[in-house]
Amino acid sequence: MSAAAPVTGPAALPSRAQARWIGFRTIVMREFGRILRIWGQTIVPSAVTAALYFVIFGSLIGRRVGAMDGIDYMQYIAPGLIMMSVITNAYANVSSSFFGAKFQRYLEEVMVSPQPDWIIVAGYVGGGVLRGLLVGGAVTVVALFFTHLPVHHLGAIVAAVLLTAVIFSLAGFINGVFARNFDQVNWIPTFILTPLTYFGGVFYSINLLPEWARTLSFANPVLHMVNAFRYGFLDRSDVAVGWAFGIMALAAVVLFAVALWLMRRGTGLRD
Amino acid sequence: MHALSIQGLVKRYRNGVEALKGIDLEVAQGDFFALLGPNGAGKSTLIGICTSLVTKTAGRIRVFGHDMDTDLEAAKACIGVVPQEFNLNMFETPETIVVNQAGFYGIPRSVARERAEKYLKQLSLWDKRDKMSRTLSGGMKRRLMIARALVHEPKLLILDEPTAGVDIEIRRSMWDFLRELNAQGTTIILTTHYLEEAESLCRNIAIIDGGRIAESDRMDRLLRRLHVESFVLSLRAPLAAAPRVMGYDIALVDPQTLEVEVSKERDLNELFAHLSADGVQVVSMRNKVNRLEEIFMRLVDRSGAAP
Repeated sequence: MSAAAPVTGPAALPSRAQARWIGFRTIVMREFGRILRIWGQTIVPSAVTAALYFVIFGSLIGRRVGAMDGIDYMQYIAPGLIMMSVITNAYANVSSSFFGAKFQRYLEEVMVSPQPDWIIVAGYVGGGVLRGLLVGGAVTVVALFFTHLPVHHLGAIVAAVLLTAVIFSLAGFINGVFARNFDQVNWIPTFILTPLTYFGGVFYSINLLPEWARTLSFANPVLHMVNAFRYGFLDRSDVAVGWAFGIMALAAVVLFAVALWLMRRGTGLRD
Repeated sequence: MHALSIQGLVKRYRNGVEALKGIDLEVAQGDFFALLGPNGAGKSTLIGICTSLVTKTAGRIRVFGHDMDTDLEAAKACIGVVPQEFNLNMFETPETIVVNQAGFYGIPRSVARERAEKYLKQLSLWDKRDKMSRTLSGGMKRRLMIARALVHEPKLLILDEPTAGVDIEIRRSMWDFLRELNAQGTTIILTTHYLEEAESLCRNIAIIDGGRIAESDRMDRLLRRLHVESFVLSLRAPLAAAPRVMGYDIALVDPQTLEVEVSKERDLNELFAHLSADGVQVVSMRNKVNRLEEIFMRLVDRSGAAP
């Protein structure tokens, strides 16, 4: 029987680990292709928005603000703005791509395949992380036109950006699973994500806040992500960095478990 | 070992609708199997469960011996599915769609490219490989879904209404393609509303109605069960009244058309002998309805009338 004969199917497959790796890579590369195909929607807007923030908040208002936590305001907000773009883009990529695949029904392509649920989740999350990093990189380049960014703790920068991208990709995945129309894909970013980001210490140090607001801010996961990231660049943080990474790791594990559980249960997918 | 073995399959949706009420079905390896039923009978739910796109409420499914509860990945690797509705990414090209599908089945990219070329050529889509799938015609999209389902060379191919909305020429060429695929060893399960298609292609058949199997048998055996066949005769000259022939039920539909019911015990020679003797000249004859359609309607009516 030749390899191309129609009845060789499973026997022609490589090892299970290789097959999973190929499946994962295929999902990620498909997402990468989508990101590049619609670059005007996926990469450019965040870079433009970041440039506007730097001009308005950094150059114009920032001059009057002066130093924040002993650091030039433009430099202070740069890590937060990069992180904001990573959060928004990782989330948006997975929620819209997954929902789009569900809406057009081509999600069935991967659902009928032998790839286990965790590979499907990991593949979409990989796509979200990729877009988060691409846009984060673009915003970093924009930031470097306006300010200097020292690197104090490279490990913290890499770990914070990766964990954040994974967390919000997973959150976007869960949104995509539940969403029944495109409005529902946009609700969470508009009504939850944006407020969390703006109150997450991107533009200010929580030391400026009254006690109750400072305490409340600790419940905001974005605050921990932004500060862990800022710590990597500027060696400054409003929160304990160890705790911040602990919270991020825990959030990633919990969200991954929820995403897997939803896939296994077939919520919004197999019913 | 069967290609597909289903035992006690039940599907109850959250709204309480019981789409499948205990399906038992076996499809032999190498078979060309027809799954027929009226709209809403449960065919697509059954296929959805077999391809793990729908969760089951109860029952057991084995694909080439692989239990879908305990050995899902191996079971899924054996199946290729062509769904009823288009489920293509509108912004991807046929080649990308087929190559990616191979990737989901763990096939290395170099092999995937070769197979994509092979199946896109076989399905006459190679010259469209770089076009966005949304620009393809309905028939091309159907063929693309077949190429996509075959790229991992499954042992069991499930086609849910594969020729819906395609013209006769393409339908016939798809039949030839499927016959050849089946002759090479691929087990095929087909649902269709074109009963002529099922009669022409399939060796075994199950009729599903109201979430139950109303009938499951060999196609030839099922067709032999038809006791009465209706024929439509076109006449050369008009008649004022239907001729009377003992043992045949003849009706004059219009002055130049007769409808004749012929029971299994009678033959057509006798009928034509009588008509010739009466000076009635028949210029053409056809079945009033397809034979399988006649059986299908009777079975579905009967199961619908059952309590």
